[in-house]
Amino acid sequence: MSDVKKIAVIAAGLSQPSSTRLLADRLTEATVTDLRDRGIEAEVTVIELRDLAHDVTNNLLTGFPSTKLDEAIAAVTGADGLVAVTPIFTTSYSGLFKSFIDVLDPQSLTDLPVLLGATGGTDRHSLAIDYAMRPLFSYLHAVAVPTGVYAASADWGSGSDSASSTLPARIARAAGELAALAAASDRSSRVIDPFALPEGFSPVGSFGAQ
Amino acid sequence: MQFGIFTVSDITTDPTNGTTPTEAERIKATVTIAKKAEEVGLDVFALGEHHNPPFFSSSPTTTLAYIAAQTEKLILSTSTTLITTNDPVKIAEDYAMLQHLSNGRADLMMGRGNTGPVYPWFGKDIREGIPLAIENYSLLHKLWREEFVNWEGKYRTPLQGFQSTPRPLDGVPPFVWHGSIRSPEIAEQAAFYGDGFFANNIFWPKEHYMRLVSYYRQRFEHYGHGTAAQAIVGLGGQAFMRSNSQAAKAEFRPYFDNAPVYGHGPSMEDFTDQTPLAVGSPQEVIDKYAGMREHFGDYQRQLFLMDHAGLPLKTVLEQLDILGEEVVPVLRKEFATNRPAEVPDAPTHASLVAKRDAALATAAADAPATV
Repeated sequence: MSDVKKIAVIAAGLSQPSSTRLLADRLTEATVTDLRDRGIEAEVTVIELRDLAHDVTNNLLTGFPSTKLDEAIAAVTGADGLVAVTPIFTTSYSGLFKSFIDVLDPQSLTDLPVLLGATGGTDRHSLAIDYAMRPLFSYLHAVAVPTGVYAASADWGSGSDSASSTLPARIARAAGELAALAAASDRSSRVIDPFALPEGFSPVGSFGAQ
Repeated sequence: MQFGIFTVSDITTDPTNGTTPTEAERIKATVTIAKKAEEVGLDVFALGEHHNPPFFSSSPTTTLAYIAAQTEKLILSTSTTLITTNDPVKIAEDYAMLQHLSNGRADLMMGRGNTGPVYPWFGKDIREGIPLAIENYSLLHKLWREEFVNWEGKYRTPLQGFQSTPRPLDGVPPFVWHGSIRSPEIAEQAAFYGDGFFANNIFWPKEHYMRLVSYYRQRFEHYGHGTAAQAIVGLGGQAFMRSNSQAAKAEFRPYFDNAPVYGHGPSMEDFTDQTPLAVGSPQEVIDKYAGMREHFGDYQRQLFLMDHAGLPLKTVLEQLDILGEEVVPVLRKEFATNRPAEVPDAPTHASLVAKRDAALATAAADAPATV
């Protein structure tokens, strides 16, 4: 097992600069710090979905990714840990975020430790992490860490003491949970055989040669 | 090396003038296109099978037999024949019939289709697509090679002493290609039988197909049918040509932008970078396709999609003139240059009969002379 772990970061914010990217960076930084405390270096790849918006749409229409999108998909599916952050639009993850997830092979996130993050205007939507994002990653057999981090606009103007904002504490706790799982992951060193045949496959069928 | 065209039989509105051919017009146009293919010196015409509009070709053997009657040399094939939802007994019978009527100018390409509801329409389950393709072909293969077939499988009623009719022409079954976009199981199946493998690569980047074709070649050798270089490979292609590049791009762009499969998606420039689509002068098309064997190895069959997306018949016929007169003759020379002697041509009825006869002669020579 190598002592460098790969961390992929998805930021699905649409504006630039975006608070979604801001949260993603905070979560990533905390995760990298936590890994370093464990003696593990992290190799981070940040994917701003805004830059891939056309490629994602084209993939939905044509069925194949552009080279640029293919690299992003490989970074996500071959990671030891994923930080996934989306703005909450109309009660759920953004359409762009879901579209990116939709172009992934549904098997490709199996066992992937994921830290769920979301941003929104007010904290009324904070449960969207648990009713929308968490089931999505459960379906994909990813391992979402227990602490999801939701940042409302007001969180960015609060002090760091726990009486005015719990954001720094939540970031630290969630990052610690992700780092613990990523540290134990061997996903990035696995060799995937794209031509592996299903178990029991026979070129003449289940009834055999007759 | 065989060159030809394949069509999906779509009836599509011409985006430049809003006109849509009637079914009757499009069906007649398809026959005209096939005859033109022979006239301009192409080797193969392959027709798709679909069971829903906007496609007309639900009954390929009827159309292909009609074309066979009006052509002399053209090989009639399919792109594809649905091995999943058709009864393999009916495929065995229909294509043996076509083989007789066309004097051995028929082969076929197995596929699983691209329309989900076709499965339930024919009483099948789409989740069983691969097992259906595997089992049905296993039966088809047997029906063409054994006079009386006893057979039992999961997906159709068992057979006892069944003889499909007519028997294959000269006792030699039509050559079979297996078409696939992404499934290694189908490449494995093609390799197992020593059949052809057609990578329909026209909508996807070449890197994916290079790996898939390479896998098929390795497995072909593994199963003892010859070396990897001797495996039988076919590739798709797509081109639009005018005497200069700008004219070709300007004329084809509205058809590209509104095409049923990839329209309203990537730009034509991105798509030509990423896929086999070539839009430009004949020389640009030659350059792109002459390079294919560097990626896939020397191969046996190159089919072009030339008549989709609402292109008018007149334009398609002009395209076939350019393809047959300016592009393919050059490609034939390019592909013949430095082609290793061990690489076979695509099997034809004549070559398969000769191969069978040679095998029989060898067996007779080896048999003890006690009779």
